[in-house]
Amino acid sequence: MHRRDPRAKIAALLVFLVVLATARTGLLWLSAGFFLLLAAGLVWARLPVIAVLGRAAVVLPFTLVFVLVCWIGGDPGRGLSLAVKSYLSAVAVLLVISTTPLPALLRGLESAGVPSFLLLVVQFLYRYLFVIAEEAQHMGKAAAARGASARQWRAGSAAFRAAAGALAVLFARAYSRAEQIHCAMLSRGFEGRFRTLEPARFRRSDAVFAVLASAAPIALRIAAERAAS
Amino acid sequence: MHIPDGFLSTPVWVVLDAAAAPAAGLAARRAQRGFEQSQAPLLGVMGAFVFAAQMINFPIGAGTTGHLLGGALLAMTLGPASASVVMTAILAIQALVFQDGGVLALGANVVNMALAGVLAGYLPFSVWGATRWRRPSIFLGGALSVLVSAVLALSELLVSGVPMSGRLVRLSLVLFGISAILEGAITVAVMESLEKIQPKLVRQPWTGRSPVLGVIAIAAVLLASVGVLFASQAPDAIQQLTHQSGSEASGWLSKSLAGLGGIVLIYGACLVFARLAARFRSA
Amino acid sequence: MMPLIEVRGLRFRYEDGTAALNGVDFRLNPGETVALLGPNGSGKTTFVLHLNGLLRGEGTIDVCGLRLDKRTIPEIRRKVGIVFQDSDSQLFMPTVLEDVAFGLLNVGFERSDALARAGTALETVGMSRAASRAPYHLSAGEKKRVAIAGIVAMEPEILVLDEPTANLDPPGQRSLADLVTHLPQAKILVTHDIGFALALCQRAVFFQSGRIAAEGTLPDLIARFDWDSTVERSKSRG
Repeated sequence: MHRRDPRAKIAALLVFLVVLATARTGLLWLSAGFFLLLAAGLVWARLPVIAVLGRAAVVLPFTLVFVLVCWIGGDPGRGLSLAVKSYLSAVAVLLVISTTPLPALLRGLESAGVPSFLLLVVQFLYRYLFVIAEEAQHMGKAAAARGASARQWRAGSAAFRAAAGALAVLFARAYSRAEQIHCAMLSRGFEGRFRTLEPARFRRSDAVFAVLASAAPIALRIAAERAAS
Repeated sequence: MHIPDGFLSTPVWVVLDAAAAPAAGLAARRAQRGFEQSQAPLLGVMGAFVFAAQMINFPIGAGTTGHLLGGALLAMTLGPASASVVMTAILAIQALVFQDGGVLALGANVVNMALAGVLAGYLPFSVWGATRWRRPSIFLGGALSVLVSAVLALSELLVSGVPMSGRLVRLSLVLFGISAILEGAITVAVMESLEKIQPKLVRQPWTGRSPVLGVIAIAAVLLASVGVLFASQAPDAIQQLTHQSGSEASGWLSKSLAGLGGIVLIYGACLVFARLAARFRSA
Repeated sequence: MMPLIEVRGLRFRYEDGTAALNGVDFRLNPGETVALLGPNGSGKTTFVLHLNGLLRGEGTIDVCGLRLDKRTIPEIRRKVGIVFQDSDSQLFMPTVLEDVAFGLLNVGFERSDALARAGTALETVGMSRAASRAPYHLSAGEKKRVAIAGIVAMEPEILVLDEPTANLDPPGQRSLADLVTHLPQAKILVTHDIGFALALCQRAVFFQSGRIAAEGTLPDLIARFDWDSTVERSKSRG
């Protein structure tokens, strides 16, 4: 699964998500079937099933609020549908993202027509996400240490301004880092366009995978709708 | 308010994906500055900054803390097109890597936060940023960016059939209001700190622009979002309208028309503003 | 013997008017390794950024016989390879291999050729096994090696290293010194790390307030400016 072409995985993922999102009847059967399909995918990809299922649960807090809303509003079935659909969608996305390094995924999206400038921004965002997050953590600790000594109300507004100051410094540092990156780029001959290495070739096994992985959700939905009627 | 997959009805997410794609492409082309891609690292790094910035807690009393969302701040420092691109990249990473927001719903989230939210965040500053109303305009920008995004998201959910009573909607609006005020306050505080340490980082809005156009643009964005909210809550009125105009619209069609109408209004406002902006820049 | 770099009368002011360089004359001869010493803010890094045209000041700079100007900058950037202080800002591509290949692709090598040369460069610095890894997961020492690989892949004539041992632990500093010694290029080393400089440099230059205050052998300048970092243990402890 890890070695399948990202374009095949993206295509299969989209089919899965669309089939799930547009489903109206037979949801109970469909969710069971999709759950098993995804679990099978996780096992085949040799991913830790429980860990992934747990990570997908991050959508649940937001969803549960709406489950409650639907229940109060007299449409509990919709609430259940929201919960199930959002959770299964999250697992599907996790499956793809865990078997496809982000640069490869972005290259696959580029072949699909997504503007390359946008993808470049995503690429650099991802590269520096953890670098800047670490800087922020250090600053957060320092700011908290400073604001913690003052009294409650004073601490509120002083700590607020301290946090704003920390943010401004983080902003300026990030900007300055971007300038350093620009210098490093120019020093190595950058003249306006990023040249990428060739994307991998789409092989027959990838096509087979794409077809099978797209057919499975469709087949399951037909079966589920038939079982429900 | 990142909408997950499975929440929006099919016509809604399809329409929004269809609307988001060209708009995001337009923003990307503007931010790119012609053939050059040299801005990409800067925008990527600033996107990383927003992520990291969301980890810094702002105390708002009673032991609770809030954090910056960032659309308005980005618009006032990088410009609206670049800010839209950065926000789109952030939303993409949030959806793919952190499962915060759906993949099919990405179009909706992009329209809400990266397009309408950024525009609403930038407009007050662009109109009043060079006047003595600068500070309030920054606050208003921050607040509107959150409010417009949230109202649009709520409307899309309502149009998709999530059953919320009037009371619940009002409660949500109150919560959005609080969040909006917080964003405004944080944005002002950060902008002021920024101006002290690195004034060149803050954009200077064009002076001498007619405030009337700006006010009209802001009003259009506001009306569109609020209008969509009311329309999504009153499907019967829409059905009557479509009935009167002679079309035999079914339930979901009328709802999606309401949604589509709102989106077109916002999209139109964006295009009008972009064209005006281009004309003023070349003047 | 023609010097590799010849700088005459270099002057540079920041946007706000403060003078950063006040008339610098400098020469780098083939095969040399020169240390740039001096207090923070004395202009060492500013000077170095002029050598490949990132900053443009008054005065003349000749690199391998080429006068530095708009036309010659692309060629000069191939000849002068700068390894910056912050490795994270230098390794900006998603994977190690892509980063090392970046410069090669920019100057027009075919993809397969670029990959091959990048692979060789990684071997030179001993980081071949990290080719497909993301830079974020590397240690400071490993990142520095990859950054050097990215520069060495371009086969420059001159290597400039700006504070290369910052953030490295002592074993890291030693192995970096080992690596750098074996690189064939003439080198300019901006550093506060005296041990590192002594291991690699014959000649040194001392910056002060935007000009070169003195030139000579390294031990010479260390003595003259009291530039040693070892602290004498107080003998009065009972």
